Amino acid sequence: MDLQTTIYVVVGLSFALYIGIAIWARAGSTSEFYAAGGSVHPITNGMATAADWMSAASFISMAGLIANMGYGGGLFLMGWTGGYVLLAMLLAPYLRKFGKFTVPQFIGDRFYSKTASTIAVICLLTASTTYIIGQMTGVGVAFSRFLNVSSDTGIYIGQAIVFLYAVFGGMKGITYTQVAQYIVLIFAYTIPAVFISLQLTGNFLPQLGLGGTFSGTDMSLLAKLDQVVTDLGFGKYTTTTAGSTLNMFVYTMSLMIGTAGLPHVIMRFFTVPSVKDARSSAGWALIFIAILYTTAPAVAAMAKLNLHATVNTAVKAGGDLYATEASIKGDARPEWMKRWEKTGLLKWEDKNGDGRIQYYNDKTKNEAAKGKAEAAGWKGNELTVNADIIVMANPEIALLPNWVIALVAAGGLAAALSTAAGLLMAISSAVSHDLVKGVFNPNISEKNELLAGKIAMAVAIVISGYLGLNPPGFAAGTVALAFGIAASSLFPAIMMGIFSKKMNKEGAMAGMLAGLFVTLFYVFAHKGIFFIKGTEFLGLIGGANPFFGITPEAFGAIGALVNFAVAFLVDKFTKEPPEHIQHMVEAVRIPRGSKMVHGAH
Amino acid sequence: MKEDKGSHAYWKATLGLLTKILIIWFVVSFGAGILFADMLNNIKLGGYPLGFWFAHQGSIYIFIALIFYYAKKMGDIDRQFDVHED
Repeated sequence: MDLQTTIYVVVGLSFALYIGIAIWARAGSTSEFYAAGGSVHPITNGMATAADWMSAASFISMAGLIANMGYGGGLFLMGWTGGYVLLAMLLAPYLRKFGKFTVPQFIGDRFYSKTASTIAVICLLTASTTYIIGQMTGVGVAFSRFLNVSSDTGIYIGQAIVFLYAVFGGMKGITYTQVAQYIVLIFAYTIPAVFISLQLTGNFLPQLGLGGTFSGTDMSLLAKLDQVVTDLGFGKYTTTTAGSTLNMFVYTMSLMIGTAGLPHVIMRFFTVPSVKDARSSAGWALIFIAILYTTAPAVAAMAKLNLHATVNTAVKAGGDLYATEASIKGDARPEWMKRWEKTGLLKWEDKNGDGRIQYYNDKTKNEAAKGKAEAAGWKGNELTVNADIIVMANPEIALLPNWVIALVAAGGLAAALSTAAGLLMAISSAVSHDLVKGVFNPNISEKNELLAGKIAMAVAIVISGYLGLNPPGFAAGTVALAFGIAASSLFPAIMMGIFSKKMNKEGAMAGMLAGLFVTLFYVFAHKGIFFIKGTEFLGLIGGANPFFGITPEAFGAIGALVNFAVAFLVDKFTKEPPEHIQHMVEAVRIPRGSKMVHGAH
Repeated sequence: MKEDKGSHAYWKATLGLLTKILIIWFVVSFGAGILFADMLNNIKLGGYPLGFWFAHQGSIYIFIALIFYYAKKMGDIDRQFDVHED
C-alpha cells in the first residue's frame, strides 16, 4: 500500500472509532451532558484529561519549539505540568465537593452575585474561544499536510466529526472519545521517538537516551549537541534561557497558574464520583501527560542533532564542521527533505553556489564561528526549517515504515479534535447553564436546558469552524491570551473563594476585573487592541517588555498578583460575606457529604 | 463548639500539608530548574547536566510523586478528623 492510501486508512479507522463511541455514549440527561453522569473512573478521567489538555500545539509544535529554544524550552515542560500540582491541591477536590456543573456557577454561588458569575462567563468564553481557533487551524493543517485535501475541507470534516460526538454525547461522549484519542496520540508520539532514540543512542527509552551516549562516538548526546550547535554559532543547547532568568521564572509561573485555571480542564474533575477520586485523578492525568512531556525534550534534542548530522557529516565523524567535504551535496540530500520542501516547511537555497548545504547561524555574535564561516566561503545559512517538522517528519527522518507516518497524522488530528471538544463543552455549558438557565430563564425544564446545551454546542462548532477558516490574523497570539486570562482572572477568584472564608463579592469582582484589565492592557500594548494590527501602543508604556523585561506571554502571573492585591484591598473596606456563605465555604473544605454533581441553584 | 475546633484543626492540618508540598514543588522547578540551574549543571547525571535535567525531566517526575503523596496524605488527614467520604 502506498503512503497516501495508508494514511487514509489509518485516519479513517480512527474516525470510525470516534463515531462508534459517539453512538454508544449518547447523553440523555443534563447530568450526563455536563458531567458524564458523575461516574467516570479516576484513571479514565485522567486519560481523558490528558487528551483534553494536550492540544495540536503540544503534539505538533512543542518539540520543535524546544529544539529551537534549548534549555529555555523547559518553561513549557515545567509550566504545563506544574500547574497540575496546583490544580490537584488547590482547586479540583474543592470544586468537586461543591458539586455543580460549571466554573462560573461556583464563582456566582460563592460570591453570591449574578454579576460575578457573568464576569466569569465572559472570561471563560474569551479564553476558550481564542484557544479553539488554534485547534481548528491545527485540524486544517494536519489534513492539508497529510491527506492532500485543502485545509478548508479538513476543517469541515473535523467539524462534522466533533459535531457527532459532542452534540449528541455531551461530556459523556467527549470523555470516552478523548480516551480513545489519547491512546492514538500517545502511540503516534512515542513510537517514532523510541526508534530515533534507538538509532542515536542505542537506548529504547527516549527519556534515558537523552542522557545517554551518542552512538559511534564516546561523547554524551547532549555534550555532542552542545558542541555542534555552539561551533555553528547557535546558542549552547543545555544553557540558553528564554530571555532573562526572571522572564523564564515569571513565564513558567504564568503557565502553571494558567493551566490550573483553564475551565475546560477544571470541569473534567466534575465527572469523577468523589472528592478522593478528584485528587488521585489529577495524578493520573499528569502521568498520562508526562509520557508525552518527558518524551518531547528527547525528540527535540535528538531530531535537532539528527538534522545536523544529516547535512553535515563531520557531526558524526568528528573533525572540522567547516571543512568543504563535510557539508553534504545538495543532490545527495535524502528523499524526505525533498518531500517536505514541497510543503514549504523546509527550504534549501544554495546561496554560495557550491552545490552543498550549509546549515549554521549566520546572525551569530560568536566571533569564532563567524570567522570560520567566512574563511570557508559560506555566504549565509542555506537551510530553513519550520519547527513543526521536528515531530511531523520525524518518522521519515528515522526511515520508519508508512504506517508510522500515518499514525502520526492520526495522532495530530486526535490531539486537535480532543482539545477542541473539551473547549466546546466549556463554552456550551457556560452558555446554556450559566447564561440561559442562570440569568435569563431560571425555570427552564431539564429537557429544554439539555436542548439549549446542544444548540449552544452546535453554534459554537459553527463559529469556531468559521474562525478556523478565517483566522483573524491574530491566531498566533491567542494561546498566550487564553493562559493570561485564566491565570489573571479565574485562578485567583476560585482560589480565594476556597481559601479565604471572608473574601466578599466586591473584592472578588474588583480583583477579577483588575487582573484581567492589567493583563489585556499589557498584551494589547504589544500585539494591538484585540490583536488588530497598527493599534499597538508600546510608546505609551515605554517600549517593548517595559515591566522588568517580561514578555506579554509571560504576564499572566503578574496579572494574578494584581488580582489578589486588589481583591484583598477592596475586601478590607467592604462588608463581610453573609453568614451562610461562610458556612458554605466550610462545607466545601471537607470531603464528607459529597454528592453527585447536579445543576440546581 | 467541639465541632468548630475539629474543623479548624482539620483545615490547619490541610494547609500544613499544602505548604510542605508547595515548597518542594517550588524548589524542584523554580529552584533547581531555573534559579540554580547553572550551578547544578556542574553536576552530571549520566549525560545530563543536572540543572537541565530538572528543567526538562526531573521536575515533571517529582510533580507526579507530589500529587499522589498529597492524595494519600489528605486521605489520612480526612480519616483522622473523621470527615472522609464513606
